[in-house]
Amino acid sequence: MNFIKKISSTHLDILKEIGNIGAGNAATALSMILNKKIEMSVPNVRVVSFNEMIEMAGGAENVVASVYLRVEGDAPSHMFFILPLEQANKYIEQMTGESESFETLPYGELAVSALQELGNILAGSYLTSLSNFTGLHLFHSVPATSIDMLGAIISFGFIELSQFSDYVIVIDTALNKTNDENVELVDGHFFLLPDPQSFDIIFQSLGVTVDE
Amino acid sequence: MNNHQQIVRVGIADMNIVKAPNLIRTSGLGSCVGVVVYDSYQQIAGLAHIMLPDSSLAKNGSVTAAKYADTAVNKLIACLIKHGARKTALKAKIAGGAQMFQFSSGNELMRIGPRNVEAVKKQLASLHIEIVGEDVGGNNGRTIEFDPKTYLLQIKTVNKGITYL
Repeated sequence: MNFIKKISSTHLDILKEIGNIGAGNAATALSMILNKKIEMSVPNVRVVSFNEMIEMAGGAENVVASVYLRVEGDAPSHMFFILPLEQANKYIEQMTGESESFETLPYGELAVSALQELGNILAGSYLTSLSNFTGLHLFHSVPATSIDMLGAIISFGFIELSQFSDYVIVIDTALNKTNDENVELVDGHFFLLPDPQSFDIIFQSLGVTVDE
Repeated sequence: MNNHQQIVRVGIADMNIVKAPNLIRTSGLGSCVGVVVYDSYQQIAGLAHIMLPDSSLAKNGSVTAAKYADTAVNKLIACLIKHGARKTALKAKIAGGAQMFQFSSGNELMRIGPRNVEAVKKQLASLHIEIVGEDVGGNNGRTIEFDPKTYLLQIKTVNKGITYL
């Protein structure tokens, strides 16, 4: 099953639309939580090697705040919400009104659960819109958080795929906050990494088949 | 540090070898295991960044050797011997195999870190290579760097700073 070779540009466009719809809703949810205008970039769907994926997300050693969710149901996938550390600190401060930071251990309990909740809400809105769009039944695990090196975090999402391929198909949507000068700052990333068998299911749900 | 010292970088599911005075490093080990095998007399070392415990897990027919514990350890040692290391002098140091996220669900794949560690140990034991240092498990990422001259393995973590094996 060399599924990656069968993926055409039409398939990539479908995946892009999934990123668009999912992250669009998540960005709206985030805007509401933070009471700030959050915009997202046009999703990036790429077929990349493991190392390229790590580079594209910011480099293996880059320390980030992450929320991981296992997507279960019809199309099992890995989902990551990744924030630069300073950004996570800012969001958490805005949410909780307390200046707890992720710079030093032990992380405040409140900060960790706020981060978890943020992931919960965002992933929930991402998946709900994805479910509505595809008609697939999707739900997610309790979110798990980790503040650590990006390479160590993201590689967790490669486990299933790596048994089939040396490449991953990643749906990446960056969240941007537009400030007054309209300078876009990338604040975070959503990465959706469907399991190998989930691609066919997603495409079929939208009436597209993967050609032999 | 002299200016001629180079650091050979090893990516995920990759391997390479290095001779003194150069160093070899891999970044961001999570559930993956970094295995260093070296010959201290020849000052030569190899490093593999392993993702999965066993090549029998490969489902597409082709096996990228550095990805799996069994094939990676074998290939690493073959490569070291080809470049002048002596099999009987080889020793190993390993790091990684963390569980980055904690789950209650019983999915076997979620335990991939500990399974990688077991598989690497088993493979090294079957080849009679002694593990002289290890920093495995836990729930934190690691960046490791090996110096074949001092045969020290530097381990960098986000919260526990730098340690040496």
